[in-house]
Amino acid sequence: MSLTVQTETPVIEVSHVSTRFGQAVVHEDVSLMVVRGEIFAIAGGNGSGKSTLLREIVGLLTPTSGEIRLFGRDSRELQGSDGRPLHRRFGVMFQGGALFSSMTLAENVAVPLREHTHLSARIIRDIVALKIALVGLPPDSAVKFPSELSGGMRRRAALARAIVMDPELLFLDEPTAGLDPIIADGFDQLLVHLKRLLGFTVVMVTHDLDTLWRLADRVALLGSGRVVGLGTMEELAHCEDPLVHEYFNGPRGRAARLQYAGTVMHQD
Amino acid sequence: MTLVQDRLLRCQGSWTMPDIAPVEQALRGTAWTQHGALVLETSDIHAFDTGGAVVLQRFLTEAQRRGCEVTIQGLRSEYAQLLSLVASNWSAIAADPPVRPNRGMRLEVWIRDRFADMVRALAFVGENVVASLRVFVAPSRVRWRTCLQSLRVDGVNALPITGLLTFLIGVVIAYQGAEQLRKFGTNIFIVDLVGISLLREIAPLIVAILVAGRSGSAYAAQIGTMKVTEELDAVKTFGLLPIDLLVLPRVLALIVAVPLLTAYADVLGVFGGMLIASNQLNVSFTAFLSRFDEAVALRHFLIGIGKAPFFAAIIALVGCYQGLQIRGGVDDVGRQTTISVVQSIFLVIIFDAICSILLSWWDL
Repeated sequence: MSLTVQTETPVIEVSHVSTRFGQAVVHEDVSLMVVRGEIFAIAGGNGSGKSTLLREIVGLLTPTSGEIRLFGRDSRELQGSDGRPLHRRFGVMFQGGALFSSMTLAENVAVPLREHTHLSARIIRDIVALKIALVGLPPDSAVKFPSELSGGMRRRAALARAIVMDPELLFLDEPTAGLDPIIADGFDQLLVHLKRLLGFTVVMVTHDLDTLWRLADRVALLGSGRVVGLGTMEELAHCEDPLVHEYFNGPRGRAARLQYAGTVMHQD
Repeated sequence: MTLVQDRLLRCQGSWTMPDIAPVEQALRGTAWTQHGALVLETSDIHAFDTGGAVVLQRFLTEAQRRGCEVTIQGLRSEYAQLLSLVASNWSAIAADPPVRPNRGMRLEVWIRDRFADMVRALAFVGENVVASLRVFVAPSRVRWRTCLQSLRVDGVNALPITGLLTFLIGVVIAYQGAEQLRKFGTNIFIVDLVGISLLREIAPLIVAILVAGRSGSAYAAQIGTMKVTEELDAVKTFGLLPIDLLVLPRVLALIVAVPLLTAYADVLGVFGGMLIASNQLNVSFTAFLSRFDEAVALRHFLIGIGKAPFFAAIIALVGCYQGLQIRGGVDDVGRQTTISVVQSIFLVIIFDAICSILLSWWDL
């Protein structure tokens, strides 16, 4: 994140994206836009193409048709060697962490710094130590290998690696899936805290309704390959569309909403 | 980027991670005077991130250590926030880097590890012996399906490559021998040379090395990946033994496949030698085969074939054992696979050498 003033082009612009794998249609005419500074969530059931959309935005997959622009640049640039400057501007946290198993946590976090900058070893160590402290990992975990860390710690380590370059944009794939409720809550709070400190835009794929209520400024609900709902959680919860209604007003959806309402009242 | 005017440092430009390296060098090269005061003029910094903040904070601590008083002028409020974020975490950053706990005396640990490894390997062999005894008690418990599958993948599918390689080895041996034999006019002895060396030693060894590379490594990688993905644990929760399910069928399959592959390799190797004999030494196929009958005793063939099942057991056991030894992550899979191939070839050759010595004692 460089705190320079920028003209307000949307951070991400997905326009009319369709994706097909052979016969299977994953997306059909998906369009959405993410603006600077918001927490944007992509929600949807299993197999609704959330993760595929995320992979397309970060340039790991190319959509069958349509266009995706990141910071106003075509995301297909990311696949070539001239995409490096663009790569520096975002960080991705993968679902399983995707930490490199042959490296210690500190080495993992340092990878982007080593690849993208010419910083001295001491400054790299300092930045890595700072980011490890910011995500709330104890200092002695820095020398541990990923296989020696618990699931929650691995998630935090992956987050530290994703934010090590102070990205303007942070992608999270299922950040709280598979974490116990206390650790998941802690992770949500951590994310809000870091966002306030470092000021990045967040795009996350999740179906954790608690996280959606608590964090997301806006949510896009994917269903049968389309965007079936787009708006704040309040708007989506009151949406009449049966698909959206079903997703947000099932037993879990109502519980998450009640809990959210409770915490808000409590804070007031 | 940084200009020194008297006691004033003028900082400008982009203080972000991609651009901060020259700034850091310039700051480190600052000529410190004793007990001076220093003013940092920072209003011209137009981009700043935690990298810049870390560099700046390093500079400030260094200044403090040398008793130099630094005042920062004109730092934008959002940049100042980043700087205070770094400052508030400075104790974690500046702390001595943690070290991995040392495991004590190297040699001692090494010896203990090797010893433990040997005990584990022995226990593994023991478990396999017990498991294979169970086969005789209850043959229906054996996973014949896995066995047959392994027989196809490790035996039948290996035919082309083993055939081609031993054929070429036969050609090479005959070529090398032809040169020498022609000098003495003893062309017909090419049959002894090719026949005995191939049947007794070379064909079984080549097959063993190939199978170790093809199948032993695959066993280690498969079982190792299953361990990493917790599939082995799932197997155990069903009350099944990984040995019964994964190891024994593979061992049995290889014990059948390797002797058959060796016999097949014998044929193709001798055929290779035969071609060169007729081509280079004027030993016709009929002459070659009739000489083969008298010169190459049956025992050479039997010794070669007889060693094959032992080679097979070594390869399969080492491969599966190394697969089961994988503890950590994906990284371990590669390492243990390599170890499995090196170790199984090593053990096969050791076993072969022991056989040679014993057989020469017994005049075979």
